[in-house]
Amino acid sequence: MTTRIVELRQGILKKNDELARGLRDRFEAAGVLVLNLVSSPGTGKTAFLERTLRQLREQGSRVAALVGDLETDNDARRLAASGAPVRQINTHGICHLEAEMVSRHLEDWEGVELGGLDYLFIENVGNLVCPSSYDLGEKVRVALLSVTEGEDKPLKYPTLFNSADAAVLTKIDIAEAVGFEREAALRNIRAIRPDIRIFETSAKTGLGMNPWLDYLAEEKAARRA
Amino acid sequence: MHELSLISSVVESVTESLEKYPGARVVEVRLKVGALASVIEDSLQFCYGIAIDGTPLAGSRLVVTVLPVTVHCAACEKVGAIESLQNFRCPHCGEPASDVRQGRELEIDSIEIEEAEKGLKSEEQ
Repeated sequence: MTTRIVELRQGILKKNDELARGLRDRFEAAGVLVLNLVSSPGTGKTAFLERTLRQLREQGSRVAALVGDLETDNDARRLAASGAPVRQINTHGICHLEAEMVSRHLEDWEGVELGGLDYLFIENVGNLVCPSSYDLGEKVRVALLSVTEGEDKPLKYPTLFNSADAAVLTKIDIAEAVGFEREAALRNIRAIRPDIRIFETSAKTGLGMNPWLDYLAEEKAARRA
Repeated sequence: MHELSLISSVVESVTESLEKYPGARVVEVRLKVGALASVIEDSLQFCYGIAIDGTPLAGSRLVVTVLPVTVHCAACEKVGAIESLQNFRCPHCGEPASDVRQGRELEIDSIEIEEAEKGLKSEEQ
C-alpha cells in the first residue's frame, strides 16, 4: 500500500460560489441592485420590506422581491400588498437560501425581467447563522435586528454582522417601551463591523425610512459608475 | 445548523476527486475552516460520521484546522489576528478594522488516501 496526499484546495461551497458569481455578473449587466435581507424570525423583515417596496414604487422605482421561507407563501402574499411582483421560494426545511434557488426562481418568473428592474430584494429564511455562508450574488447584504431582540445579538452572531454591508434596526417606534439600549446596540454592531452603515427604522410609522431609501439610491448609483 | 449540508458537499467533492485513484481508500480528509465561518467542529465531526457511511469515504477521519480571523488595518497598514470575534480591531494599533483577510474559509485542503501498489494511476492521467 502507498499513502498519498492529494491537495484539493477547493471551497466546500464551490458550486454555490460559482453560481453566485454568475448571478452577480447577470445582475450587474442588467443594472439591477440586488439586496439579501437576513435576520432572526420575528425581526420584522417582511414588514420592513413591504414598506420599502411600497415607498420605492411611489418614487417610481421598479422593484421586485424573492422571499424565502421554510413553508407557506404567507410572506409573499403580505409583500404583494405593496403592488410589487413577489415570488415565494419554499426551501422545504432548508434553513437558508442558496444561489441555485435564486437562479431557479428567476428563470420562469412571469412578467419579471432583470433588465426591467431597479431593485431586487431577496428576503432570506429567518436565521442568523446559516444564511451568512451562502452568497446569493447580492451586492448588498443587510442584517436586521429588532429592538426587542437584545442589544448583544451582534456579538453572538459575528459572522452575519461582519459580512453585512448595512444593519437595519427595526421596530424603533417601541424602543422606549421595551427598554432598548440604543447606544449599546450601535456599539455592538460596530464592534463586529466598524464600517457598517446603520439605519434605525420603523415600518409601522415610517420613521427612519428616508435615510434607508437614500442609501439604496446611493448604492444603485455607485454600481452604475 | 447547516453542517450536514456542508459535509454532504465535502463527501461529494472528495468522491469526485477519487475518480483519478480507482480502488484507493480514504484515510483522512482535511478541512480548513475560518473562525468566522460559523461552523462548529463537533457538529462537523458528528455529521461526517453519518454522511460517510456507505460511501468511498467510509472509515476515514476528518481533521479540521481552524484559521484565525485576520484583518488589514487601514490606519497602520498591518495585517494581524484579531483578539476576539466580538471586537474587530487591529491587534497592532487598536483601531477598528473591517477588512477581513482570513477567517471566512470553508475549504477542503487535502485528502490522504491509500492505494494498492499495482494498477497505480498517475495523477496526470
